[in-house]
This record gives sequence, C-alpha cells and structure tokens, in this order.
Amino acid sequence: MDVSSETPRPKMQVRNLYKVFGSAPEAAIEMLKRGVSKDEILDKTAQSVGLADVNFDVYDGEILVIMGLSGSGKSTLVRCLNRLIEPSKGSIVLDDCEITKLNTEGLRKLRRKKFGMIFQHFALFPHRTVQENAEFGLEVQGEDKQSRMEKARDALKQVGLEGWEDSYPGQLSGGMQQRVGLARGLAVNPDILLMDEAFSALDPLIRRDMQHELVELQDRFKKTIIFITHDLDEALEIGDRIILMKDGRIVQIGSPEEILTNPANDYVERFIENVDMTKVLTASSVMTRSKSVAYPKDGLRTMLHKMRDSGISSIFVVNRDKTLLGLVMAQDCNDALKSGSNKTIDDILIRNIPTTNLDEPVTNLIAIMAEANLPLPVVSEQGKLHGVIVRGSLLAGIAEGGLTPEPVDEKKVEVAS
Amino acid sequence: MNIPKFPLSRYIDNLLDFLTDHLAWFTKGASEIMSTAMDYAIDALLAVPSWLFILVVGAVAYKIVGKRMAVGTIIGLYFLDNLHLWEPTIETLVLVLIATMVAVLIGIPLGILAAIYDGAHRVIMPLLDFMQTMPAFVYLIPAIPFFGLGPVAAIFSTVIFAMPPAIRLTSLGIRQVPADLVEAADSYGCNRRQKLMKLQLPLAMPTIMAGVNQTIMLALSMVVIAAMIGAGGLGGEVWKAIQRLQPGKGFEAGIGIVIIAMILDRFTSKFGHNKSAD
Repeated sequence: MDVSSETPRPKMQVRNLYKVFGSAPEAAIEMLKRGVSKDEILDKTAQSVGLADVNFDVYDGEILVIMGLSGSGKSTLVRCLNRLIEPSKGSIVLDDCEITKLNTEGLRKLRRKKFGMIFQHFALFPHRTVQENAEFGLEVQGEDKQSRMEKARDALKQVGLEGWEDSYPGQLSGGMQQRVGLARGLAVNPDILLMDEAFSALDPLIRRDMQHELVELQDRFKKTIIFITHDLDEALEIGDRIILMKDGRIVQIGSPEEILTNPANDYVERFIENVDMTKVLTASSVMTRSKSVAYPKDGLRTMLHKMRDSGISSIFVVNRDKTLLGLVMAQDCNDALKSGSNKTIDDILIRNIPTTNLDEPVTNLIAIMAEANLPLPVVSEQGKLHGVIVRGSLLAGIAEGGLTPEPVDEKKVEVAS
Repeated sequence: MNIPKFPLSRYIDNLLDFLTDHLAWFTKGASEIMSTAMDYAIDALLAVPSWLFILVVGAVAYKIVGKRMAVGTIIGLYFLDNLHLWEPTIETLVLVLIATMVAVLIGIPLGILAAIYDGAHRVIMPLLDFMQTMPAFVYLIPAIPFFGLGPVAAIFSTVIFAMPPAIRLTSLGIRQVPADLVEAADSYGCNRRQKLMKLQLPLAMPTIMAGVNQTIMLALSMVVIAAMIGAGGLGGEVWKAIQRLQPGKGFEAGIGIVIIAMILDRFTSKFGHNKSAD
C-alpha cells in the first residue's frame, strides 16, 4: 500500500519476560537460557516454567491475540501484564511506566486506570446488579455516584444491555453475562482491555456474535485489546496480529495470513492444518499481478498490442498513480480500429466494472467469480489497482493455502507501456 | 522408676492466681458495672407488660419471617407467660443476647483475620479446636475468681464456649469466595478493605449468619450450664428443680428453653438465607 508505513511506537513493550513457579526460579531461568526444555527443568529442579523469554510489542488500537493450547502459558502471560501473577524476570513497559518496577500502591493505580480485564467464566459479582457490576471499577477508583452511574449506563448501552440494569447476573444467559463483563471493562475506559478466553465459555453461535461485536466495538473506540484464546478460528477472526505460544515460549508472531501462509515450524503448521482456508484467506492473498495494464494516453493499437503480448482478452486502464479507471475489451478495440472512425479510448472504456477490496474474504469472492466472466480487479481503499483475480488464481490460492502476494511490479508495467 | 506427677494443675492454679491477683480489680469492677446494666435492662423489659412484649415480637416475626412464624412465636411466648416463667425467660433472653453480641463482636473480626492471614489461621484454628473440645463446665471455674458469682461470670464462660462457630464460619465464608471473583476484584485495583467490604463480606454473609446462629444456640445451652454459677433465668429454674428433685418444674423450664431456642433459630437462619435466595 502507498500509505507511508512508519512503524509506530509500541504502546506496550514486553522484554525477556520469564515466569517460573517454584521456590528457586533463578536456577530454572539459567537453564532456560541454555535451552533446556520445560519438562527437563521440572524433572531436575521441580520448578514449573510458565513463561520463557517472552518478547513482544503491543501497538495502540490493535487486537493482539495470544493463542496457544492449554498449558502454553498464555493465561500466565496475560496475568503477568497487570501482575496478577508476579513475573520472575524481565520488563513490561506501558507507555512510559515500567510496570515491573511499580510498588503495591502504584500497581493498584495502574490496574484501576490502565487495564480492564474480562474473564473466561465472567467473574461477575453475584450480589450486585448488572448496573452495580458495570460500576465496579469506577467505584473502586472512588468516582462519585452520579458520574459512575452515567458511565456504567453508557457502557451497558454499548454492549446492548439497555434495560437490564437492575437484573442480577444470575438471571442472565451466558452471552449476556459476558456482555456485563465487557461493560465492566469498558466503563473504566482503560488503555488496554485484557480478555482472557473471554468467549470460550459461550456456545458457538453466541460466540460468533460476540466476536463480531468486539471487532465492531474496537472499530468504533480504537481500544487496544489483548485477547487470549485457544481457538485458532477465533484468533483468525478477530486478530490484527497473532502471537502463537507453546510451552511458555512464543513460537510465531504475525498477522493471521502470515501465520497461515508461512507457518514458522511444524507446530504452527499442525495447528493450522484444519483451518477452513476460504474463511481466512483474503483477496490479497489469492490475487495475481496483472500481467499488463494500459494508460489513458495509450492509443488503441498500443493496447491491442499489449493484450496480444500478454495473451489476454481485456486490459485494465489505470492512471499514472495506478488509480483504476476501467477496462477495455480486445474485441471493442479491434472493432473500433476496423470501423476506421476516430474513436479513442474514452469511447470503448468500460467504467462500471465490479471490483473487490484487498481484505475481502475468499468465501465472498467465490460467489462473485462464479458469475463473472471478466477478471476481478483488486483495489485499495484509494481505488488503486493492486492485482487481479481470475478463476484459476482463486482456485490455486485456495488449494495452496494462499500465495504470498506479489505486489504489482511497477518497473515491468513501465516497460510494458 | 518413679516419675513424679507433672504438676499441671498447680501451674494452672498459680497462673490463675497470678492473673486474679493482678486483674481482679479490673474484672470485678467491670463485672459490677455490667451486672448493674443488665439488671436495668432486665427491669426495663419486665416493665413492659408481657402481652405487649409478645405482640411486638410476634409483629417482628411476621415482618421478617412470615405468618406461621408469627403465630408460633405468640403461642410459644404466651405459653411461657402462662407457666409463670416470664421473668426467667426475659433474664435468659438478655443473657443470651449479650453473650452472643460479645461473641460475635470478637468472633467476626477474628474470623476475618484468620481468613486473610494464613499465620493467624494457623494460630486461631487449633485454639478453636481446644476451646470446643474442652468440657464446658471447666470454663465456669476460672470465671468465678475473676467476676464473682453471678450473671457476668456466666456471660464470660458463655462467650468462650459459644464464640468458635462465629470465628470458624466467618473465616470459612470468606475463604469460600470463588478465586476468580477475588482475581476480578484485584484486577480492577481493589485494596484489601475494598475487597473485603465490596466482595468478600457480602458473599460470605450467609455463612457468617449460619455461624451467628450456631453461636446463639451454643450460648443458649451454655446459659443453662452457667446457672450453676448463678446465671439465673430459665437455666436457674432447671438447676433449682434438679436440686429439689422436681421433675415437673424442671421440664417446664426446659420446654421454655426449647421455645426460646426455636424462636431465635428461626429468626437468625432467616437472616442467613435472605441473600442466597436471590
């Protein structure tokens, strides 16, 4: 994409984080540094390794999914971030505050202001109404009754629980209970939402809804969310980036597509074996570079020549900055030349052609491609042509689990013109 | 081999002597004040005509528990009045309520301590086992040198005997609060007091009230035993009947204690279940 992609400063930085459960973590950490395995350390020192040399950044406004099977250390990791579990070694920095160095009082302030946490089994307070549950964080901060009532009401509205304020959690369904949990987290307006397997206890349909709503919420409020899950489909559905963990170590960090298309090792590969590729692949990973493009200044003959060269029956016309203008069919071009009239490109340019976005899921493309005879151009939000999808490339992409997308090669296009 | 007897009893006597020598001025004084206050309380309650008292208690029972409880309360108390046991009944009520109040005021904070600090837990729990297995009569003996014969000595030994369930169940109730709720409270930055007041105590309340209920029941049974050191009340009537071999009178007073026990039990167990019914 043309958007200048200067790497933003991370919101949170985790460096060399270790957690060893036991009485003498130092020895175990030394062994971990030498590469001794978790099981061996447990055998030899009776220390149980929770996290080993974990490093990652969290960027403002992203949904970062930490994924792994049970026992992989993901829950330990998220609890180390707000020190519900005390890390054995390493540093965690949020903005300019080094969390790992805070004293009890500082830590309490940090938890009140910076974090909202949402739990797998909701952890709602059964003796408080929905409203009082949502108010909890603000109440702990010492906010006055009036303003915390308003904020809690607002948060409940956002999660669609208007009218349930006076119910007790026990009277709500699981999905609604977790909405209360979400409202409790949102009400304090935290910098970071920590969601620990937040949807894992919900049944699949409700779960899907909640995932969509979370993504929607995040779109609206640009919250930074760290989301723990053991479910790859969920990770792919909501994650901007995914951290894959095994035995307390990070195995791979990357976007959902990177993880799918370039699994870092066998473990990741096994993990992703069963994913339905059509759901996670997007247009950008199955498109191909357009073989040739035409420019408005090109004469009809030039265009025809380009098409013949590339063996295609139609050609996309783009501006110098690659903004897609339309499509010219070889047939029309030929007819115009034969008729001898002074027709220009403007006369035969088909402007109203279907296009698709870079992140359109492949599932949707299949339907479009089934109907269309023409190649489908893939354009960015600014309307620039990035590639094309033809039936062949789509099928190949699905079969191979996604090609590494090749950007439109500018030089080649230049030469072709 | 002739191992001399370990002089445990002498050591304990010496210790108690030492304590009475140095503390009796205080405990005796406190005893004076308390027994005077109790006399006033009893006199004040007796000044209320018994029918009015019965109706008021019945109304409260109706309000808190329900119609059947109200009817039972009124019939039971009227029966006691009819047996000419009104005065000892009031005395017993006052004794039990004061002893329970003291036991709860000491017991609940100790229970909270035992729930929060493992160290306190390790010290308090064996002590409770000791207090509960020691025969109740034994507490009567040291009570006399400290407080003299009379109701205050009775309350003292009653408090010791009746306190353990209040401590134990308070601690249990707090420790039973689900760990994920405690974690949630921590994650939102609760300090210890907020965690206790906003989460642990409210959720432990049914268990704590069960402890208070137990404490009342134990206090009631101890108040009878304490009649031996001059506690008076219904227990005193039973004690008199034993000494004079009057089984009929003994049963009358005994039934009186049963009636009071039932009324107090229903009241307090109702408090305990209020919350969890939601």
